[in-house]
Amino acid sequence: MESTAKPKVAVHKFSSCDGCQLAFLNLGAALMQVAELVDFTHFAEAGPLAPDAAVDIAFVEGSIATPDDLQRIARVREQSRFLVTIGACATAGGVQALRNLANAGEWIAGVYARPEHIHSLDRSTPIAEHVKVDLELWGCPVNGRQVLGALRALLFGVMPAQENDKVCMECKRRQTVCVMVTRGRACMGPVTRTGCGALCPSFGRDCYACYGPAENPNTAALARRFEGLGLVPEAVARRFLFINNGAPAFRDAGLKSGERHDG
Amino acid sequence: MDETQTRKVNIHVPVLARVEGEGALHLRIRGDVIETLMLQIYEPPRLFEKFLEGRSFEEVPDMVARICGICPVAYQISAVNALESLFGIDPGPWVHAMRRVLYCGEWIQSHCLHIHLLAAPDYLGYESAIAMAHDHPAIVRRGLALQGLGNDLMTLLGARSVHPVGIKVGGFHHAPRADDVAAMLARLRAALSESEALVRWTASIPMPDDEQTFTCVALRDAGEYPIHRGRITASDGLAIDAAQYDRHFTEYQVEHSTALYSQYRDQPYLVGPLARLNTSADRLPDVVQQLMHDTGVRWPSRSMFHSMVARAVEVHYALSEAAHLLENYMEVPAPAVAVTPRAGIGYGCSEAPRGLLWHRYQVDAEGLIVDARIVPPTSQNQARIEEDLRLSLQDFGLRHSDEELRLHCEKVIRNYDPCISCATHFLKLHAERL
Repeated sequence: MESTAKPKVAVHKFSSCDGCQLAFLNLGAALMQVAELVDFTHFAEAGPLAPDAAVDIAFVEGSIATPDDLQRIARVREQSRFLVTIGACATAGGVQALRNLANAGEWIAGVYARPEHIHSLDRSTPIAEHVKVDLELWGCPVNGRQVLGALRALLFGVMPAQENDKVCMECKRRQTVCVMVTRGRACMGPVTRTGCGALCPSFGRDCYACYGPAENPNTAALARRFEGLGLVPEAVARRFLFINNGAPAFRDAGLKSGERHDG
Repeated sequence: MDETQTRKVNIHVPVLARVEGEGALHLRIRGDVIETLMLQIYEPPRLFEKFLEGRSFEEVPDMVARICGICPVAYQISAVNALESLFGIDPGPWVHAMRRVLYCGEWIQSHCLHIHLLAAPDYLGYESAIAMAHDHPAIVRRGLALQGLGNDLMTLLGARSVHPVGIKVGGFHHAPRADDVAAMLARLRAALSESEALVRWTASIPMPDDEQTFTCVALRDAGEYPIHRGRITASDGLAIDAAQYDRHFTEYQVEHSTALYSQYRDQPYLVGPLARLNTSADRLPDVVQQLMHDTGVRWPSRSMFHSMVARAVEVHYALSEAAHLLENYMEVPAPAVAVTPRAGIGYGCSEAPRGLLWHRYQVDAEGLIVDARIVPPTSQNQARIEEDLRLSLQDFGLRHSDEELRLHCEKVIRNYDPCISCATHFLKLHAERL
């Protein structure tokens, strides 16, 4: 049959909110066009179930958080030509990586009456910490443009161009007035990777870094600027230790600010 | 396999497809008796209640959105309701109207996703909406277009539909421009004939006759259909404020689930679209009520198989309500009121697409979160789903093939549109016939 000749694509979910898969499921009419181009062999939320089938491209949402996840991600890697992480959870551990900085066992005991029934790893970690990743798409959530762009490029056998610019560049391109300069907001734009379209500043509010660290982010200078805006060190730390707290550049900056507070 | 006297069935669905999140079903049948039936939610807990501790109240809407990619607005609204009530703030009619419009967008998006991509393929005999689209292109196209309109409505007020960035404690960060609102209003009005056709189409799909007795729990409001606010009510007459929830509803943990169970008067109960329609249909405009009755379904309905029609009715209503609220739109210079935090405990709830979503925050004088508790709709429905499966399977007949039993179970489960990402705190069928 004709359909067997189409490239095979899988969408896998690990620990996440399901929001990045929606980059596919919210495509509207384009979703049906994509389904003409590729075969979704595994995409549990959309229906097809074949988690262990060999595919050309595997999109992976979510972080590694359970002992079972470790085995699943190894099988996904073995069966996939290209492995693409989608979103902050798969790429940096997600907001749930905040537990890496705390005592996860105590936290589980705080939420569940019988913590012994909860099978969870102490740390929530990105996919690349466990297997080779061919392409990382940042964002919380990733959008349709990113996943379609990656899919198109990979189907043509090339890697998509990575956006490493800062959100500040995007604001300038869009002629959005700077919310830090004009409103004194603690905007994460100067250290955050673009890709969202600089949505928060266009709404008159501070960027909160859901696309992760940009190339060469000067986090120390930004932390000092935040203090200049009147943020206490603890509040500065929370700015870095948020959606992408597991990304090394943000984790280090956040912990450093937190130490200043402790000291 | 031993088929001599008593048939032993062991059904194990390790990953439930077409649900949001990860769950499994274990079913063990000996002869005519269901020995074990477990809806297993194994998605790992993400411990949001703990992340929230020590955060500023201002960070809460962006944090809690991350609990669910499909209903982030529900989390944001329940949170701001709780915090604003604690701080003694009423953000005023403009904010209430726009939050309701944003929430309508989420209902339209989430319900259309569920009807077309998750539920309908069961009834038309397809593995997925993608497969269904080959034979029913117009149906799928209409569904995806309505879903897209819901997403665009959310984008108008939230800049994007997944983890939108518009809502803050006190109001909104941004007011949409009048010409963008006018363009959206025209699209909403044009879609009303499509959503009306959607209601009639869902009602025309043959459904099993499966009447059961259950208590419906939903918000109710004096003047409007429950979406972004209201008092908690039950079909047995209970009417309480969000602060009294704990006195009437209890959460408990079971070994096979990372989602906590809920009960009301020691019994399972239903939340969601059917519970809302069963208790607040009188709050819908006359034309929507007329359309409900034209479907031939007798309301209130005791059959969970009417939940798809209920979702379609809510899609139609949400479109008309959003159009109504945007009719006389005025841009405001400051779409939020000033906020001064205050120490204490705040309670808030709203009607997520899947049902009642309750939040409780303890806050200190600086506005930092001391303690947080969140009870999502799917964990409240969990016990009701298991009860429904038992009754429905007995009624369906246990002599059906494993494959037929599995499909029936999946249909029952999908009637609740369980969102496991939210609840984990969904489905593989593990069925055993002994």
